[in-house]
Amino acid sequence: MKVVIINYGAGNIQSIKFAIKRLGFDAILSDNVDEIKNADKVIFPGVGEASSAMKKLKSTGLDTLIPTLEQPVLGICLGMQLMCNYCEEGDTKGLGIFDCDVVKFNNNLKVPQIGWNQIENLKSRLFQGIKEKEHMYLVHSFYVPLNNEAIATTNYGITYVSALKRNNFYGTQFHPEKSSQAGAHILKNFLEL
Amino acid sequence: MLTKRIIPCLDIKDGRTVKGVNFVDLRDAGDPVELAEIYANEGADELVFLDITATEQRRKTLAELVMHVAEKVNIPFTVGGGISSIEDVEILLNSGADKVSINSSAVKNPQLINELAAKFGSQCIVVAIDAKKIKGEWIVHLVGGKVPTEIKLFDWAKEVEERGAGEILFTSMNHDGTKNGFANEALAHLSSLINIPIIASGGAGNIQHFSDTFIIGKADAALAASVFHFKEIEIKTLKNELSKNGIAVRL
Repeated sequence: MKVVIINYGAGNIQSIKFAIKRLGFDAILSDNVDEIKNADKVIFPGVGEASSAMKKLKSTGLDTLIPTLEQPVLGICLGMQLMCNYCEEGDTKGLGIFDCDVVKFNNNLKVPQIGWNQIENLKSRLFQGIKEKEHMYLVHSFYVPLNNEAIATTNYGITYVSALKRNNFYGTQFHPEKSSQAGAHILKNFLEL
Repeated sequence: MLTKRIIPCLDIKDGRTVKGVNFVDLRDAGDPVELAEIYANEGADELVFLDITATEQRRKTLAELVMHVAEKVNIPFTVGGGISSIEDVEILLNSGADKVSINSSAVKNPQLINELAAKFGSQCIVVAIDAKKIKGEWIVHLVGGKVPTEIKLFDWAKEVEERGAGEILFTSMNHDGTKNGFANEALAHLSSLINIPIIASGGAGNIQHFSDTFIIGKADAALAASVFHFKEIEIKTLKNELSKNGIAVRL
């Protein structure tokens, strides 16, 4: 199986590569259109700021490639946010794969939310074998409000969407690669889709 | 619900753990990777590696260690110690660190916080503050708490937040090493002033101290070294007890 991690200079991608390696697969880091197109599974990572990440995607033409992919694609954290219509962070137009916007936490709780929180209302094969209210590691200041593409929700003052699915596209706000055994199990589920 | 985090801290010199550790089951007591794996398996929520190497090889050795940790460990970890430039941070993040912690370099050049937050995002920039209460006033100290500055803790914490830090790691020099509990009064005041997560450090001696720092000190996370290294407190037991006290933890 050929797993490609989209490499566009966004944050900590070694962790994802290593997490996949621990599951017994070798992932390639790539920004090459053909290599990404021909992959069996594509992971779209992202840590950092939305508008600068989107600029990097545009400079390599990956912004037009990603929405056309037909194999399973998993966006993680900022990767998931960029797959939405719009990100409030940096007033950024997203890839429009998920039909929703990403807005800033606006409650009395601390921002960024950093740490382990629970995922619930789990739908989709991505969460096969994962129990309701399992803890996942999250670090974020912006969130996706509830919508009908949600396959997991989390509560941080408000209940919001912590995972999304549309056709072959999946997105998680949490970091499965940093979420201990349960996170590894979700990555394994994705690789087995 | 977002849980309170328990964070063991490992001191590193030349790629090895420094402080003695008392794990009978360790193959190599000085191997930070092995220790990190054990803590991750016992339920630690995060790890901090504090590098105190002072040699020319520092950067390379640390980057290699970070890479080895990232390869084996499936929970987030922060790397700190001697980080003073964008380049330092870039190397560590590219090697697999989730966050970096800066301390003296931020005091000497506060603009560094803005630059790092803009380039890498606030979420991976932890500002560590060592402070000591002198004549009723909390004063920021440098060089591992040895050198006093004229900066007041609460002013500095607010500035650090405004400049884009994602988290504050506050160590009380009055409490560090005492095993008499965390600086809960100062921590609670910090929490009322700033709106980013605060990691309490210095003073952990027993399970009650952790409970107190979460409830009274309103800390978001608690960091400790020796009580974990010498197995005076086991992470599993600690988290079970915290849970019984009504504190949300990941079990």
